Amino acid sequence: MAQKSLLEKLEILADAAKYDASCASSGTAKKNSLGGKGIGSTEGMGICHAYAPDGRCISLLKILLTNHCIFDCHYCINRKSSNVRRARFTPQEVADLTLNFYRRNYIEGLFLSSGIIKSSNFTMEQMVEAARILREEHDFRGYIHLKTIPEADPELVRQAGLYADRISINVELPTTSGLTRLAPDKDERQIEGAIAKTKDDIIEAKDARKRFRHAPRFAPAGQSTQMIVGADRASDADIVGKASRLYDSFGLRRVYYSAFSPIPDASAVLPLQRPPLLREHRLYQSDWLMRFYGYAPGEVCEATDADGNLPLDIDPKLAWALKFRGTFPVDVNRAGKEMLLRVPGLGPTAVQRIIAARRHRTLRLDDVARLTQSIAKVRPFITALDWRPTTLTDRADLRSLLAPKQEQLELFAS
Amino acid sequence: MSGQALSTRAPSMGAHYAVQLPAPDDFAFWRDQARALVQCEVPPDRVSWIESGGTGDLFAQSGASGLVKRLPVPDRDSRPARASKRFLSLARNAALHSDPERFALLYRLLWRLQSNPRMMEDKTDPDVRRMEELDKSVRRDSHKMHAFVRFRQVEDAAGDEHYVAWFEPDHHIVRANAGFFMRRFANMNWSILTPRGCLHWDGETMRESGPAQRSDAPDGDPVEELWKSYYASIFNPARLKVGAMLSEMPKKYWKNMPEAALIPDLIAGAQAREANMVAAGTREARERLDSLAELAEAARNCRDCPIADCGTRAVMGEGAQSAPLMIVGEQPGDHEDLAGRPFVGPAGQLLDAALTQAGIDRSAAYVTNAVKHFKFVQRGKRRIHQTPTAKEIDTCRWWLESELAIVKPRVILALGASAARGLLGKTVSLKAARGAPIMLEDKAELWVTAHPAYLLRLDGEAREEQAAFFSSDLAKVQARLDTFTSGTQV
Repeated sequence: MAQKSLLEKLEILADAAKYDASCASSGTAKKNSLGGKGIGSTEGMGICHAYAPDGRCISLLKILLTNHCIFDCHYCINRKSSNVRRARFTPQEVADLTLNFYRRNYIEGLFLSSGIIKSSNFTMEQMVEAARILREEHDFRGYIHLKTIPEADPELVRQAGLYADRISINVELPTTSGLTRLAPDKDERQIEGAIAKTKDDIIEAKDARKRFRHAPRFAPAGQSTQMIVGADRASDADIVGKASRLYDSFGLRRVYYSAFSPIPDASAVLPLQRPPLLREHRLYQSDWLMRFYGYAPGEVCEATDADGNLPLDIDPKLAWALKFRGTFPVDVNRAGKEMLLRVPGLGPTAVQRIIAARRHRTLRLDDVARLTQSIAKVRPFITALDWRPTTLTDRADLRSLLAPKQEQLELFAS
Repeated sequence: MSGQALSTRAPSMGAHYAVQLPAPDDFAFWRDQARALVQCEVPPDRVSWIESGGTGDLFAQSGASGLVKRLPVPDRDSRPARASKRFLSLARNAALHSDPERFALLYRLLWRLQSNPRMMEDKTDPDVRRMEELDKSVRRDSHKMHAFVRFRQVEDAAGDEHYVAWFEPDHHIVRANAGFFMRRFANMNWSILTPRGCLHWDGETMRESGPAQRSDAPDGDPVEELWKSYYASIFNPARLKVGAMLSEMPKKYWKNMPEAALIPDLIAGAQAREANMVAAGTREARERLDSLAELAEAARNCRDCPIADCGTRAVMGEGAQSAPLMIVGEQPGDHEDLAGRPFVGPAGQLLDAALTQAGIDRSAAYVTNAVKHFKFVQRGKRRIHQTPTAKEIDTCRWWLESELAIVKPRVILALGASAARGLLGKTVSLKAARGAPIMLEDKAELWVTAHPAYLLRLDGEAREEQAAFFSSDLAKVQARLDTFTSGTQV
């Protein structure tokens, strides 16, 4: 085969990486290039340098080192039996591309993942080498996210953590049966074992830095993982349960959900239709409820329907509130933070504002309206100095009053 | 240029002061003046704040006509002006807004803070809210500057690399953000040109210069082709959320971002591309069927894989609907295709003999294939068997899984590697897999052995050896079957 140009390789290997949901570049240690030889800085907040028409942010150069793979996971476009075009970068090419983009302020850094060539160890070595060239030869101080391979030698994964800001290992599918069915070469125990090992390494390195100022940092932005939604039969309750277990046992920074999207050359055991994009959105909302609103995983599951799925027409918080109407209305002038956070339409910012403002005055409905996005959504669930929802909270058609208006169906939708 | 403090004397309400700022983003100057004015107890309605270059308001003009007075100087022992940290950090940012009323607003808030030090907590207050709005839009503008500045590489007079960007901010944020770019690109020569002033960094010092025009900036960079191709490739056409993109990357920024030129085409092509992606699989979402007859009827029209183009018929399995044993071969051959039944050709005869020898009753088993159509190439009058590809086997798995779901066998016998792939979803080595059961997800036991057609291709000693191996595999299956069926037969 003729040698592919850099442009062709980039097309193939960026295209192959687009099914990864994560593009975060936040939450890492602060660093900058003053006094160094190279370039780059991370200042806590991530920066989205562009947005694609799919609504997702482009923060990192997200590419695969290669899309050749010896594995045969059915949901993956790069599986062995798929006949996509294949390409492979050298570690040097990855480093040069990253620097060229970074210098022009296109990106925050690199997110490198890979198909598995030759062996897990060989592949991992190549990925670590790309990170090493950036960090050591070019003194690159931007963000690096490495997707590590659970089957690789733990020592290589540790090396990766020393160069990277964040490392991630994908759990791929929410259920064990889904994994054996769709990713026959992968093993749940091995994946979770690798995640646990990384967690230990992160804790150990943090501990060392408390004692020795110059102890090396290990993945200062922590580790994350990704689950594919809609490729197997797992319900939202299964997924939420799995995610909360992952957060609890491994201290993950994020669990990403990637709605399975029909990929070219899909294997026949997969659904061909995409799951509704909203499903992914609802899962992220439920994730937020657990992380920022103090909901227990069991409580999120209470918002699901009989099949264990979150409603698509309304958000999970509203679904929960409608199911537990006895808890409402909540008095905005007296209720504690936890209860205010349960009111549909009030987010952490609004709640904080309400608590600060009510020190100065007893809040009226108008005051609350000034502190929130939409008072219509909040109204049935609160009382204020001049407001009582009376029968509104108990109305049978409350759900239809609050659900967003249905859009006209597309006549020729495929 | 330095700031000028003007004042006019209003006839009945005491002096009216006009303060002219030296630069639109000079927060330090405002702070000093405001502090003094508060100490002298000058209420907000008697101060006008005039931006440099701006025409200012009524009082500025009357000030220019001669009624000029120095700002009052506070007494040494007067109470110093106080402000919370929160106020100062918000004010520093809000002062960069392009709203001409911003300094008056800040002074009004500072004035009110003297009597109510915790006023900033009251987010329902219109002044507090306005200040937060200003702060928010300035922060957003700064953030977008960090994100959307695009450098282009040029060579400067000395032959060194120089990176130049053109950016159009909404507010007076350029100088305030110099530090960000300095810390990030510390060892690069760069310039950021804007209509509100420019920044230049040479690796050691930061230099400022006056407003520039777009034509002062370079108009291209070869690396932009790579970047555009990255942008187009990372976009997933299966998910189109134009609204989400626009809210974060409004159109006003597009003209200075090379990749934005691609957006209209990407959106237009997205629907078509997703349709292609789905059509490339040429499958339609099918309902699971619950009887073998319906299944056979549906399979007849299956055109999911290229084998359908061979023009052969779908040969479905045959046997009892609740057989305890399912035997899975590779695909129908020439004879099977003509007869429309599995395992009736030479390989089928060999299988029958071996089954009888092992004591397995074929009529009590369900016999089928991993691939339902005969795949061949025509050589003269003969149709030569072609091994199905992994992809074809995977595609046909839908049918095999449907059969499994209906028959629910306790034991499955896979003949050959293709059958094993059809059942396991991955390619296994026969050598490694045969001789011991593999538990499947639905509790069925899978036994893998060679395909009888393999025995047909062998001669002499090798054939005898393999035939013995095959028989011993079948004997093991028979033994397992006995343990399952003995209970039910009694």
